[in-house]
Amino acid sequence: MKIHEFQAKELLRAAGVPVLKGKVVRTPEEAANAFKSLGVPVCAVKAQIHAGGRGKGKVEGSEQRGVELAKSADDASRIAQGLLNKTLVTIQTGPEGQIVRQVFVESGCDIQQELYCAILVDRAAGSPVLIASTAGGMDIEEVAVKTPELILSEPFDPDRGLGAYQARLMASKLGLPTASWRYAVQFFQALCNAFVSLDASLLEINPFVLTGEQTLVALDAKMTFDDNAMFRHKDVLSLRDESEEEPAEIRADAAGLSYVKLNGEIGCLVNGAGLAMSTMDLVKFHGGEPANFLDVGGGANVEQVTEAFQIILSDSNVKAILVNIFGGIMRCTTIANALVEASKTIGFTVPLVVRLEGTEVEEGKKILASSDTSIITADGLTDAAQKVVDSIKA
Amino acid sequence: MSILVDRNTRVICQGITGKVGEFHTRGCLEYGTRMVGGVTPGKGGETIADLPVFNTVAEARDVTGANATMIFVPPPFAADAILEAVAAEIELVIAVTEGIPVLDMARVLPAVENSKSRLIGPNCPGVITPGQCKIGIMPGYIHTPGNVGVMSRSGTLTYEAVWQLTQLGHGQSTCVGLGGDPLVGSSFIDILALFEQDDDTHAILMMGEIGGSAEEEAAAYVKEHVTKPVAAFIAGRTAPPGKRMGHAGAIISGGKGTAEAKLEALRDAGIEIAETPADMGTAMVRAMQRKA
Repeated sequence: MKIHEFQAKELLRAAGVPVLKGKVVRTPEEAANAFKSLGVPVCAVKAQIHAGGRGKGKVEGSEQRGVELAKSADDASRIAQGLLNKTLVTIQTGPEGQIVRQVFVESGCDIQQELYCAILVDRAAGSPVLIASTAGGMDIEEVAVKTPELILSEPFDPDRGLGAYQARLMASKLGLPTASWRYAVQFFQALCNAFVSLDASLLEINPFVLTGEQTLVALDAKMTFDDNAMFRHKDVLSLRDESEEEPAEIRADAAGLSYVKLNGEIGCLVNGAGLAMSTMDLVKFHGGEPANFLDVGGGANVEQVTEAFQIILSDSNVKAILVNIFGGIMRCTTIANALVEASKTIGFTVPLVVRLEGTEVEEGKKILASSDTSIITADGLTDAAQKVVDSIKA
Repeated sequence: MSILVDRNTRVICQGITGKVGEFHTRGCLEYGTRMVGGVTPGKGGETIADLPVFNTVAEARDVTGANATMIFVPPPFAADAILEAVAAEIELVIAVTEGIPVLDMARVLPAVENSKSRLIGPNCPGVITPGQCKIGIMPGYIHTPGNVGVMSRSGTLTYEAVWQLTQLGHGQSTCVGLGGDPLVGSSFIDILALFEQDDDTHAILMMGEIGGSAEEEAAAYVKEHVTKPVAAFIAGRTAPPGKRMGHAGAIISGGKGTAEAKLEALRDAGIEIAETPADMGTAMVRAMQRKA
């Protein structure tokens, strides 16, 4: 689960991480008022969307950036006007961009140096790890690829937290002046504690800055959470902003399905994440473009399968559907009955290719064959992919 | 031989009184697994599928002599269940549970490392030595006894591969589901080492997926230490970066963990690549012919 920058900063502030004062606003007038009430000479006006790369991103059809500096209330109002209810396209949103519904007006500060840090779980180390780099600012992905030696890392135990010595080591390697180290210890430790106590999956501060007073401040905050741990964080769950999410993905989530929308024409309905990814690969190998990833899970029932079809069909790009089920726990008869049922209630307008294998496969195929539907059956993976790709060409 | 489990493995189920735990305990019994009991705190003394239920793993081990456990405990309590099994020195701990918080696993893994236990999973289908012992949720009948060792990060994709092997007339020595989560107890390398030493395993088929670097590490290990023919498939070649495809593990970030990088490392190690998921069984056959 993702949250907005201003929400992440509230959480971080409560955890003892230094952040600047700011106000989230929804109209240009509110932006002007926010500027006045903050009472500083310069504010940053920042689009709030669930994607990074805002500083370089541009509003569709204009030169307006996703983050700009305002030196007056009028400035703040004008920038907010240029952002609100407009589509912001960044490297992370894809070409379709995302609509800006809220803007964060934040105090400026005296910046001596910009740096980067993040916390995530490192699979190789089997623990959370703090990474940091002097290459702060916007192009950390490039740094990771071109000069990985500039990225420092310190793994830490989730229960003991980051050691003060580890924070000093990091500060030292980053070349921070010793006068700032006590602030660095507090800064890094508070970040690591926030990561663990909130069950985050990523906490990225790009950039954090060294100020003229030698303190450290988080200028940005990107936070995502471990969905599996949200049962113990109802407060974090309440920060979810569904308007930032793909409607079909919200619907799938509610039905216990795992769905990711893509840009192709062939809808896929599969059981198991690995098989679902492989099925998409196979569609592509045969010259088709998958419209989605959809994993119905191990024990889907008729209702879930029907909902899965409706979600796939809600994407108007879909021109054909491929069903690939390897029945293990799920019986092929269950899925066959669900297919027949769904085709009656939904009434498929696009070709439906079905490949069944596994538990009770013969009975399942019989159900499909004797049904009054136009389902195209396939034997094996290759046959299925070929048939669904051909069905679009025809 | 085989690895990890055989007909002498004595298995308990943690979470046996839950619907899923009971269902799969029965499935394992039907396959012929020596299920010897179950554990649910507070339900000791009950009987499920004619098996005794105990309050603690230690008690279950003392009474039944269990040396393996399969865990179906719900996610909020699953990490604790793994720690309990490790504390009771159960040799093989197979965590099927899906959805354990990743930081819970970060807390569990050091305890497993410093113990006598081996952890498989979580979020895995389990382990099966065809014809002898099935611990987990895989459909037993698609397997057949033989000499190909199979290991994978994905459940149904493993079934697909096993089914292809079986249809091509190649049985399996042991099939191991490693689990789809970012932090799991056993890696490809751990299992490769076991397959390499196992006389009954003549070839190895592995299914990886995008995300992380486990496949690259496996490739390096194969190059150095494995003499048997190896074939591999990587799922998620077409998945876009930054999108989570069901498995928490399957996400490409920062240009790392791409299918291309993995395939290159695997090829470089002399591993036969299955270009499509329909080609997994035949890739294994090609690898065996090449080494023969």
